[in-house]
Amino acid sequence: MMLLKILFRNAFHNKLRSSLTILGIAVAILAFGLLRTVVSSFYAGVEAASASRLVTRNAISIIFPLPISYTEKIRQVEGVKMVSYGNWFGGIYINEKNFFPNFCVEPRTYFALYPEFVLEERQKKEFLADRKGAVAGQKLAAKFGWKIGDTITLKGTIYPGNWDFVLRAIYTGRDNTVDQTQFFFHWTYLNEAVKKRAPVFAEQVGFYMVGVNRPDVAADTAVMIDKTFKNSLAETLTETEKAFNLGFIAMSEAIVTAIQMVSFIVIFIIMAVVANTMAMTTRERTGDYAIMKTLGFGAKDITILIFGEALVITLTGGLIGIILTFPAARIFGQELATYFPVFLVSAQTIYMDVAAALIIAFLAAIIPTRHAIRIRIADGLRRIG
Amino acid sequence: MMTEQKKPIVEIKNLYKSYHRASLVVPVLYDITFDIAEGEFLALMGPSGSGKTTLLNLIAGIDKVDEGTIHVGDVDITTLSETELAAWRANSVGFIFQFYNLIPVLKAVENVELPLHLTTLSKSKRREHAEIALAMVGLDHRMDHYPGEMSGGEQQRVAIARAIVTDPTILVADEPTGDLDRASAEEILSMMERLNRDMGKTIIMVTHDPRAASRASVMRHLDKGYLNHDAAQNPL
Repeated sequence: MMLLKILFRNAFHNKLRSSLTILGIAVAILAFGLLRTVVSSFYAGVEAASASRLVTRNAISIIFPLPISYTEKIRQVEGVKMVSYGNWFGGIYINEKNFFPNFCVEPRTYFALYPEFVLEERQKKEFLADRKGAVAGQKLAAKFGWKIGDTITLKGTIYPGNWDFVLRAIYTGRDNTVDQTQFFFHWTYLNEAVKKRAPVFAEQVGFYMVGVNRPDVAADTAVMIDKTFKNSLAETLTETEKAFNLGFIAMSEAIVTAIQMVSFIVIFIIMAVVANTMAMTTRERTGDYAIMKTLGFGAKDITILIFGEALVITLTGGLIGIILTFPAARIFGQELATYFPVFLVSAQTIYMDVAAALIIAFLAAIIPTRHAIRIRIADGLRRIG
Repeated sequence: MMTEQKKPIVEIKNLYKSYHRASLVVPVLYDITFDIAEGEFLALMGPSGSGKTTLLNLIAGIDKVDEGTIHVGDVDITTLSETELAAWRANSVGFIFQFYNLIPVLKAVENVELPLHLTTLSKSKRREHAEIALAMVGLDHRMDHYPGEMSGGEQQRVAIARAIVTDPTILVADEPTGDLDRASAEEILSMMERLNRDMGKTIIMVTHDPRAASRASVMRHLDKGYLNHDAAQNPL
């Protein structure tokens, strides 16, 4: 108990230095937590991917379409339970700053494949009944103040012109990891318009979403689908939704790696700062430790004092940093919802924060402790006065 | 006048000590042999660099001899390991230093209680002992004050309370009045004198202040590492 009392009082004896060190650690842990959350949010789509869903696209590239006539052929492949399809629309709402993902899909099957998108039954019926109807995620609707019945006009980039939609439904997420910033409308609405404006681009889809009977048949089913279209004009590449999403992340892998590196550099810098503080503190207390050794306290007691003090400082800073991470992540997520639709501080990030704080404490205390234990009492006592 | 012959509590035989500074060996003590009787108040005197603090550290078990033996009571402390020495110091030695060496983040009573944490005493007993020790040095009204809130003399009294709280075999004091004004120094010396006279404590005090040394019952002189074998009895 006495050792605990001493180490706690030592930790806050030099209030200015302790406060600045704690502040530094808090900011570092906050930065670390936010950067880790940015990395996690890159993978949010991967985490949310279902093992029972496959994505079939043109084998050459995602930008090349596939004929709508593949629908029935895919449905007939063994292991396939349901097939949906869609196109990336790429529409702009008012101006380019208001980016959000928007797709035209075959709505009955698409929402059946995505039970994580929760729609009110009445709204869903109204959406399905209205060819110009659209569904928006709750966060997206909230961001632009859209209400059911509002007309939303998107300016087409791939499909030129202004496209009017009537908001018929707003989906929520089954849980908070579901992206609620997407916008969906009927594929037939787009296809009919394309038939009139540029018939050569009609009857084509950007991707097929394929639901399989069981996750364990997904790999075989993917191979079977691609075999079906081997040597056709539009060969397919089928992969799990997770692999498909990972493919997108691979495009920005350098950025993700850079963010990860920066997060560890932040921790390394604060580790050096805390190590310096602990070294200064221990040097100042050399006399105190010498006295305690003189009185009969051993190396274990001195170790407890120095490690304990380092732990108190780093964990206090770490705790403040962790507490601040949540409101900071909320603000960060709101401001950058366009880029990070799911920006949640995960439990893993908190564990990493705590681990980082513990590692900082351990590494910062190890050399001063070794020094304090090894110094001869007579030399330690000479430092006093 | 001769003092009554008492059983030696400290027996030092053929003690040598040198320090190593890089490749340089600096001899500090040469062939020191003498006894300290139980209940003696010994003043170790000598000029700076004569080796008196080194000798005190060796007697107190906070430094190791190169050669020779030191018996304190029945224990040859030169044969003890670091851990055994630490335990021996906790039980047998009370320390008083020039700069008081109190733990700044502990209150007076907590500083006095500190050595008792190495004993098996209960929390309440530890506090009781610490309060008694502080009362003995006249600081029972300053128990909850931190060292930084006390004068040098008061801090040294707290250090004395800490030194006596475990009822050690010997008290060692290294220039206990070196950092004090004359009045405080007198007060501290009187206190040590009382501890020796009234409680029979064996005290070994290093000083180069003749006035402080005059309060001791025996004076020994060190010069350049050699002991003057004619111990002077204090005429008082």
